[in-house]
Amino acid sequence: MTSHTTTPLEYKTQQSQMNILGFWIFLGAEIVLFSTLFASYFVLEHNIAGGPAGGDIFVLKDVLIETFLLLTSSFTSGLAIHAMRNHDKKGLLIWMIATLLLGAGFLYMEINEFLHFIHEGATIQTSGFTAALFTLLGTHGAHVTFGIVWISLLLVQLVRRGITEKTSSKLFIASLYWHFLDVVWIFIFTFVYLKGMVM
Amino acid sequence: MSANTSRFPWNLLVGFVLSIALTLLAVFVAFNTDFSKSIILGIIGTLAIFQALIQLFMFMHVTEGKEGIINVVNMIYSVFLALVIVFGSIWVLTSGHASMH
Amino acid sequence: MSLDEFFVTGDPMIFASQIAIGLTMVGLIALITYLKRWKWLWSEWFTTVDHKKIGIMYILAGVLMFFRGGVDGLLMKAQTSRPEMGILDAQHYDEIFTTHGVIMILFMAMPLLIGIMNVVVPLQIGARDVAFPKLNALSFWLFFVAAMLFNISFVIGGSPDAGWTSYFPLAGKEFTPGVGNNYYAISLQIAGIGTLATGINFVVTIIKMRAPGMSWMKMPIFVWTTFITSIIIVAAFPIFTVALLYMTLDRLFGTHFFTVAAGGDPMLWLNLFWLWGHPEVYIVVLPAFGMFSEVIATFARKNLYGYKSMVYAVAGIAFLSMLVWVHHFYTMGNSATVNSIFSLTTMMIAIPTGVKIFNWLFTLRKGRIEFSTSMLWALAFIPCFTIGGVTGVMLAMAAADYQYHNTMFLVAHFHYVLIPGVVFAVFAGLYYWWPKMFGFKLNEKIGKWHFWLFVIGFNLTFMPMFFVGLDGMSRRMYTYAESTGWGAWLGFSAVGSLIMAAGFAALVYNIYWSFRYASRKVGNDPWNARTLEWATASPAPHYNFAKVPEVDRLDDFWYKKKKGETGLKKSDLKPVHMPSNSWTPIVLAAAFGVVGFFLVFEWFTLAIIASVGIVVGLVANTFDYDDGYHIPVDELEEEEREWRGDLK
Repeated sequence: MTSHTTTPLEYKTQQSQMNILGFWIFLGAEIVLFSTLFASYFVLEHNIAGGPAGGDIFVLKDVLIETFLLLTSSFTSGLAIHAMRNHDKKGLLIWMIATLLLGAGFLYMEINEFLHFIHEGATIQTSGFTAALFTLLGTHGAHVTFGIVWISLLLVQLVRRGITEKTSSKLFIASLYWHFLDVVWIFIFTFVYLKGMVM
Repeated sequence: MSANTSRFPWNLLVGFVLSIALTLLAVFVAFNTDFSKSIILGIIGTLAIFQALIQLFMFMHVTEGKEGIINVVNMIYSVFLALVIVFGSIWVLTSGHASMH
Repeated sequence: MSLDEFFVTGDPMIFASQIAIGLTMVGLIALITYLKRWKWLWSEWFTTVDHKKIGIMYILAGVLMFFRGGVDGLLMKAQTSRPEMGILDAQHYDEIFTTHGVIMILFMAMPLLIGIMNVVVPLQIGARDVAFPKLNALSFWLFFVAAMLFNISFVIGGSPDAGWTSYFPLAGKEFTPGVGNNYYAISLQIAGIGTLATGINFVVTIIKMRAPGMSWMKMPIFVWTTFITSIIIVAAFPIFTVALLYMTLDRLFGTHFFTVAAGGDPMLWLNLFWLWGHPEVYIVVLPAFGMFSEVIATFARKNLYGYKSMVYAVAGIAFLSMLVWVHHFYTMGNSATVNSIFSLTTMMIAIPTGVKIFNWLFTLRKGRIEFSTSMLWALAFIPCFTIGGVTGVMLAMAAADYQYHNTMFLVAHFHYVLIPGVVFAVFAGLYYWWPKMFGFKLNEKIGKWHFWLFVIGFNLTFMPMFFVGLDGMSRRMYTYAESTGWGAWLGFSAVGSLIMAAGFAALVYNIYWSFRYASRKVGNDPWNARTLEWATASPAPHYNFAKVPEVDRLDDFWYKKKKGETGLKKSDLKPVHMPSNSWTPIVLAAAFGVVGFFLVFEWFTLAIIASVGIVVGLVANTFDYDDGYHIPVDELEEEEREWRGDLK
């Protein structure tokens, strides 16, 4: 780090610091939430009840595209916060919009993937396995959807108000959320898709 | 932590390249190696953990801010809970008469 | 669905309740309108973000729920008071033990404890409010809406009836059709979101808002227990969220998480339920331990013995709480290794708990004990809770548990844990902090009636259950044959429950009496206590402290008081920043309630339409840039002079 360490804008007020800390605590709760979804998935994974198993319905190419979209969006949201710390409103806006577009691309892929699953005879009602699969993926997808709407609303505030103590801390928190969704996806990619296709 | 970050964000770029590389490596290990299934699972699981750490430290700056230590403790505790929930549930529900298979 | 199915019909008791609820609602609305109090209610209470008012609303709701859950309990006791009684049929009995359990744990114990936490914790750490006041209001309203949603089940649609644990496959659509169990899944989900938010709120409040100088080991013990409770909330409630989500999907959308058919696993529900359910027990009991510690230290006129060991014990209990969940279902058919390990972790909990019991006893030793009502509750707690704890160790042994499991012995055990551990604590806390909330004490004489009736009634009610349990009576039996010989025990038990009810009535009368007649001159520190909340006026002013106190040591207020250093200099006053009231929490929570109601009845189109309300609330909230307001120095000075006399 550079020698003259000044506090970034998003940490300036006591309230902002509390908001950021509170959000980290919330992410702790999110870890518990997703690990419960994972635990249930692992327990029910083999209970396919005559329906398709993971290996029958997963398509590596689509999953890789989804993964790269989300990984790249995590990178661009990092660039956005980097721009924000340089008080570069335009850069912040551009990188955040890029993040949103990549996120929307991910959602598009995921919805198509769900349609593909259903087409292959794996609906949420088919078996214990599909119930756990759709719920795990769906909860992640719902988080991405929520994130897109949330960040869009924050960008409206950014355009109106510029980079202030408040908007910066809100956007910083949203970027934490976005990175976190990427972390969750990495585990889904590894322990749902790769494991399902290999095992 | 520093407000003066006008220099090029190398850590972000490195993190991004690493995460892409680790993803591809995981795919390679899963499909193009002859290890046993449990070893494959071990390797790709480890790669996933590395990727998560990259996100956490290089992208999310978990140690940043006045509460850096608290954030780290919070994350460690949450991971502990995650392990208890995942391995605990699997263990309880797939051993003994509770086993469905 | 016809109207006939919508309203529950055919039971005279429920019909009477329907009429009573309808009349009460009309009466209340008429009364408020007549008194022209709507505006006052809206601006002073419904939109408030003041932690003390939110706390008081929690407590009020909790006492109401105590009444509802208590009536359920009395009905069960009446039904089993003699062999072959016909007051309730099996179905009605099932509904009543289900709602009794859910209400007592989630809508009585939780709000009463969270209510007291709300009132007391910011004051004890010298803060102006919690970290997120608006979120705090949202937590309350979500809880309140959820409680109301759950409570209307018995008049609209039908009560849940699969037990408070709602085990699958019984709780599934196949064996429990109808909307009753939907109420369980949806209302607990709504309440759970509120509770999670409370947990996060208090973690951040305690980390970031302590008075200058109050380092970790200088925090009052109740703040410690609240902090650790909040951590457990954050750790455990998301598990319940997922479990309830699965239950909702299974019941409403035909998935197979917990069904036996199509590869579901009913035991997954048990596993998830108790992964949350066991920590939940500590969530309700740890703050109670904190309250007892405060009360015992105050009325023994000594500092808490072994403060640090107390903190470590609480942290140890919290850590172990996540590692014992299987002891609730040893008989499910786990492998012997699983049962043995969980038997060990369960017994380990007795160690830190024992540390705490000894700390309380040593605090009392050589103390100048004052037998105030709150102290009496604390003193009665120790032996009663120990009975609960020791029978818990009996149940912890997996092999022996095959005998005790699902018997009245278990029921007696957890009532001996939860009633002394939580209810006694709430009573102790209410008598203790009442002056800080309202500016007058509850009457001590009526309080003693309340105490003796309740404690004697409690022991009479639950002690016999140990014996019928050991004799083989399983829990949740709605009737039994005379030849079992349980009639006498359960008759005693029923009489005990009436005495307990009389105790509760004494509390209600005490509240009424004290509101009307108690002296309003209690001063800021009526008990000669030790912690910071007593450094400010009673009732606490809305800004809590005119000047944020500085802390040098544990029980700082006690020592400052001895040295006469509690005064306030006029020059110390600066304008105080306060958060503004907000309508979003109550409106957002109401939208959750409406969506929840439609989901219960599986009216999906309506639910989607109503969920627009939730979206609007959230969007309005993110665009809200209200920065609060400042209280000017003049106003502070005036309010402070009122109780301090002249400022220095």
